[in-house]
Amino acid sequence: MHPQTPNPNLYTEYHPRWYRRRVSTYWWVGQRQYRKFILRELSSVFVAVFVVITLLQLRALRAGPEAYARFQHRMQGPALMVLCAISLFFVVFHTITWFNLAPRALALRIRGRRLPDFLVAAPNYIIWLVVSAAVTWAVLR
Amino acid sequence: MEKPSNEPLFWTLFSAGGVVAAIFIPIQLFLFGLAFPLGLLHGPSYEQLMSLVRLPLVRIYLFLLCSLPMFHFAHRFRYTLYDGLQVKHLNEVIFVLCYGSAVAATVLAAYLLWTIR
Repeated sequence: MHPQTPNPNLYTEYHPRWYRRRVSTYWWVGQRQYRKFILRELSSVFVAVFVVITLLQLRALRAGPEAYARFQHRMQGPALMVLCAISLFFVVFHTITWFNLAPRALALRIRGRRLPDFLVAAPNYIIWLVVSAAVTWAVLR
Repeated sequence: MEKPSNEPLFWTLFSAGGVVAAIFIPIQLFLFGLAFPLGLLHGPSYEQLMSLVRLPLVRIYLFLLCSLPMFHFAHRFRYTLYDGLQVKHLNEVIFVLCYGSAVAATVLAAYLLWTIR
């Protein structure tokens, strides 16, 4: 294919290769902001951990009271306890970073003045609080 | 013209899963992963939980709680591997593993919730 107008995005055989410095695999170790970024991205792994535990819980519930008692017993083991604690830390980290994105995406103005970031993020936290209370109430009722 | 990409769909699922994960997972994980096993709170019995799970609304909730966050995970973890570890040559494998696990979790959640009596 020969494009009539040169398109810089199209790869051609004879295009010179730009010099690119190789970026180290550990580029994110050096700076605090980068480490925070990688930790935030890694929180997704613990979201998956939660889903796996929940699916196991549903399977145990479906299998009957004995299976569920075994599931509860296994959840009291030290390894799973530690995993849950670490997961909770990362998931809360996800929640906070996710909520704090709202002011980045939404510039609310009142009488021409931009609303401060914490006021844009605040409704998220209120919803979080209400939902958490509602789930607790539904489960413990 | 480039062919339309699926990226907007994946991004929408990522975003929806991010919201569900942010709002619902901390309390769920705190209750069932720490508070009940540690005995901080007296958890519901098997029968009490089953009477909750039998409600259609709770089933829909649990289905979305398992499915959407997995698509969030798939998208985010995929790009963590691309950017963080720079394993671009494994793109296809990573894509299949990430979204495959999300689809598997979705199907499994649907099956379990559909067949629970």
